[in-house]
Amino acid sequence: MTPTTRYLIFALWVIVLASTPLWAGNYFVRMAITIAMFSALTLSWNLIGGFTGYPSLSTAAFFGLGCYVGALSQRAGVPMILAWVAATVFVAVLAAVFGAIILRLRGHYFAIGSIGLVEVLRLVTSSWGSLTGGGDGLNVPLVQGGPNVVAQTFLAAMVTIMVIVFVVTVLVDRGRLGFGLRCIQQNEDAADMVGVDTTRYKVIAYTLSAMFCGTVGAAYASWTGYIDPTDTFSILMTIKVPVMCLLGGAGTVLGPVVGTGVYMILEEILWANFLDYNRAILGAVTVLLILFLPGGLLRISYKTVLAQLAARFNRLGAAA
Amino acid sequence: MSDKILELDQVSKNFGGNHAVSAVSFALKEGEIVGLIGPNGAGKTTLVNVITGVQRASAGRIHFDGLDVTDQRPFQAARRGLARTFQIVQPFPAMTVLENVAAGALFGGAQASRAEATAAARTHLEFVGLAAFADRPASALTLSGRKRLELAKSLAMKPKLLMLDEVNAGLNTSEIDGALTLIRKIADRGVTILVIEHLMKVVMSLAQRLLVLHHGQLIADGVPREIVDDPRVIEAYLGGKFAKRVKEMQHG
Ligand SMILES: Nc1ncnc2c1ncn2[C@@H]1O[C@H](COP(=O)(O)OP(=O)(O)OP(=O)(O)O)[C@@H](O)[C@H]1O
Ligand SMILES: [Mg+2]
Repeated sequence: MTPTTRYLIFALWVIVLASTPLWAGNYFVRMAITIAMFSALTLSWNLIGGFTGYPSLSTAAFFGLGCYVGALSQRAGVPMILAWVAATVFVAVLAAVFGAIILRLRGHYFAIGSIGLVEVLRLVTSSWGSLTGGGDGLNVPLVQGGPNVVAQTFLAAMVTIMVIVFVVTVLVDRGRLGFGLRCIQQNEDAADMVGVDTTRYKVIAYTLSAMFCGTVGAAYASWTGYIDPTDTFSILMTIKVPVMCLLGGAGTVLGPVVGTGVYMILEEILWANFLDYNRAILGAVTVLLILFLPGGLLRISYKTVLAQLAARFNRLGAAA
Repeated sequence: MSDKILELDQVSKNFGGNHAVSAVSFALKEGEIVGLIGPNGAGKTTLVNVITGVQRASAGRIHFDGLDVTDQRPFQAARRGLARTFQIVQPFPAMTVLENVAAGALFGGAQASRAEATAAARTHLEFVGLAAFADRPASALTLSGRKRLELAKSLAMKPKLLMLDEVNAGLNTSEIDGALTLIRKIADRGVTILVIEHLMKVVMSLAQRLLVLHHGQLIADGVPREIVDDPRVIEAYLGGKFAKRVKEMQHG
């Protein structure tokens, strides 16, 4: 796939998502908002988990933190968009500091360290009742207007964030930073030896992968109007995001978007048809896909698959 | 400092109670080819690791090009012109051969852009004879190909000092001859070279000076002919039988 094809596919997908209010009902608009939101998270994760090869499980930590910073700023009277910017900056700073500490760990140790941040922040948020409302959660000032206006506002917001993270991904991919990150992913010691400042590059990747989760979190808080610690610092989210990215193809530009789309549409179909077992089926499907497509959906060589199928048919034909 | 490119002053490296390198001092002059020899486990690779910042010296100081580099990190060594090849080759396996070399050019060789780095990488691949493999993944290369790739990658970093850690190990005779020709050509460009070798034939034909390491200590530093006659070296490293053979080679 050439870069141009990739960008065209992405542009089409953006148009499909953004135009849902024109051709579909509330249910689909809501789904488009969720897909755009998760795509932004998956694209973000891809920067550290895909490009750099560091299996971060801290997505929900940065998302949750973004929720609270955004919500608290809005409650203090900061205009909504500025509150989102504040959340982004706050999360970026925290991620840079935390990253400088835990990026010394590699592999499983890093994964465990990074998921620890989700738990710590959830506990702090639950316990610090005077600031965060504790387990009772927080109300966030609602956007004025009817339900359609609100839905369209947040659709526009989430799609915009998704596009921003995509553009960041493309810039990283094509530049010096992305090349260095790929070297680290391939062989960190060798990267160091050819002159890549590995610590700095990893911290930059981790920070970039965190900050937009903060933006998404703040926008989510404004959208739902209410947040609580369990909903925002969710272990399920922290696992789901890498799974979606792996499904589409970690380390590719389009993979996270494809993976998120496929996963969420599958999830919706299963919800609708298998009310009891949907989680189990989704889990099984995910495991199978990742086992059999270790490079993700985008890494399949469809030409090879077709050639193999054709060969098999020919053999069957010859045998008959 | 003048013409000394690298200077070690009482450098030691301990792993727990194991003195892998003990109080080693020597200097390399600009443009020299020096051989570093010693039996297995003598501390040769550890010494290179300490010089390039992969491992931190337990004691002593290291100066490179007039700068105290004792506490440098590997990426800084690379940018300062201190390149090395790994005894166990370390490619970026899923990248193409060209990308591997371009990485060296971009990050270590301070090329301004990826396009320039790629262009520089092509000339280095040409130089080591891998141009035909430019677009293959590095993992597809044979051992001798990977060693050449390591060389090209190091050259792309525009080194002032190149340390070759057993670049010839595992190669056949004709491959070794090819590698020797390459190393001489690199030296002709004015790069100082430290060759770590087990194969005496190789060091004797390349090096103007030999350093001998044994149990982490530098037991000899001199011209190759004198080194092979040094009784300590014969005893520690070469073994009587081998020394005799070398003598026969010289006289015959
Ligand atoms: N990371 C390490 N941790 C502990 N001990 C080490 C480490 N690296 C090397 N050593 C020890 O240091 C000593 C020197 O090893 P080194 O690899 O430097 O020898 P060498 O001269 O390169 O040997 P060879 O010819 O086999 O490559 C050995 O006793 C080795 O076991
Ligand atoms: Mg060694």
